Amino acid sequence: MPDRSTLLRVEHLRKVYESTNGDVEAIGDISFTMRSGELVCIVGPSGCGKTTLLKCLAGLLRPTSGLVEMDGEPVTGPSPAMAVVFQEYGRSLYPWLTVRGNVELPLRHKRLSRQERDKLVSDAIEAVGLAHAARSHPWQLSGGMQQRVAIARAIAYQPEVLIMDEPFAAVDAQTRADLEDLVRELHANRKISVLFVTHDIDESVYLGERVLVLSASPTWVQEDLTVDLPPQRDQISTRALPRFTELRTHVYDQIQRAKRGQTVAP
Amino acid sequence: MTAHTVRIAQRSRGRGLGRRVAAGFLYPLGLPFLLLVIWGVASTSSTNRFFPGPLTIFEAFRETWIGPAFVDDVLPSLYRLALGIAASIVIGIAAGTLIGLFQWLRELLEPLLEFFRAIPPPVLIPVVMLLLGITDTMKVVVIVSGAVWPILLNTIDGVRATDSVMSETADSFQITWWERLRFLVLPAASPRIMTGVRQGLSVALILMVISEMFASSAGLGYRIAYFQRNYLIAEMWSGILLLGLVGVLLAATFGVVERRVLRWYHGIREVNRA
Repeated sequence: MPDRSTLLRVEHLRKVYESTNGDVEAIGDISFTMRSGELVCIVGPSGCGKTTLLKCLAGLLRPTSGLVEMDGEPVTGPSPAMAVVFQEYGRSLYPWLTVRGNVELPLRHKRLSRQERDKLVSDAIEAVGLAHAARSHPWQLSGGMQQRVAIARAIAYQPEVLIMDEPFAAVDAQTRADLEDLVRELHANRKISVLFVTHDIDESVYLGERVLVLSASPTWVQEDLTVDLPPQRDQISTRALPRFTELRTHVYDQIQRAKRGQTVAP
Repeated sequence: MTAHTVRIAQRSRGRGLGRRVAAGFLYPLGLPFLLLVIWGVASTSSTNRFFPGPLTIFEAFRETWIGPAFVDDVLPSLYRLALGIAASIVIGIAAGTLIGLFQWLRELLEPLLEFFRAIPPPVLIPVVMLLLGITDTMKVVVIVSGAVWPILLNTIDGVRATDSVMSETADSFQITWWERLRFLVLPAASPRIMTGVRQGLSVALILMVISEMFASSAGLGYRIAYFQRNYLIAEMWSGILLLGLVGVLLAATFGVVERRVLRWYHGIREVNRA
């Protein structure tokens, strides 16, 4: 898709945690680019520094070296162009605010009129299917609904890219399938770019237009795989496609190799 | 969520009116009433004049406190108490939040705070009296010097314990400093702050009485000490009764405010329990 411009560019990103017991190299050397409007999944073996990578991208953590560029501008801190959906929804939503209050909070410092803000909030809550629960508090909702609130908060913020850190790891399988479809739907309808980190191989293939397979720590991008499944996806028919099985087997194989350390850094 | 609400509602409806009245009135009032009866019986059979019967005390209560003494002694005491509590809460939360947020400030002040906290506030009365004279300000300062500590220390702990994911969320959405304080730090610390306020209230009541016993010509503490010195035993007891009532009223007011402020907190606990 050549008409899509480069949104996010990561070059030779490296992150070393310094500690008294010696330095730990979490990320070795990661480079990739993401175009505007893409849905990219990042998978890797457990402990490969997925969350570290994501925090570096979101400007929450300073990389030791390397470059993260958003729209051609280097990322040095959190940016209004990105919104993060954290895995721990229970600790990311504020229990003293209502659903509406949570979604509205990040918009308070944006220069918006009261009507514009209200519209964004209502619109986002509706988009995740929680219009009936806007006045509830997060702790009155199920886990899946709470994560929907976090997604609503992120899209109301109107970022260029939605960064999701294993967002569905803590919900049950049925809820997870619904939430996956919600992400696909938001991506398709609202043209939001999504960077989705997961440890679930099926999920990465089902959701992504591209899957980046990370190596074991110190991490680098082991494979950049284009998912050539039809854009209209469905939990039953897509997952039954022979191509889906091929792709997931391929990614699974790559991750097994990464775990055994059978791959060589470029 | 609906499942919880429904279950809880049904449970309380199933209890029936009679049992709810019992739980609402008879249980909390039954034991005090029983004690009063025992006291009444004991005091009529006793010749000790330091323990008058409850009826004598109620009579003294009515004669002593309902009338000019209410304006001259009770209201000034309550006014100083309210002022002391308000100042303690404001200073405790403001200073506690700053100390909790900035580590260098904490390291700078910690030894000093430990030292001042260890001083029993009543010993400050003569000092403050020398500095400020026998004034209302002096009594308020004494109340604050004791009541501020639990609020301050609990606020520091509460602010320090702000959840890391909640903080990162605020960072990633570039929440401003004030919004962070208003919507994250203070609400997150509010359960601890309320614990501190609850402890501060009882300290404040004690110090209100003591500060008036030391140096005063009016006030509840002064009156009680005066009655005692002049062998007005029933009046003395009625003053103690009034102090107890003030304490109960204070606790009840706090309970109402606490339930409002921490509604989310109690809600979470109820959901987790169900």
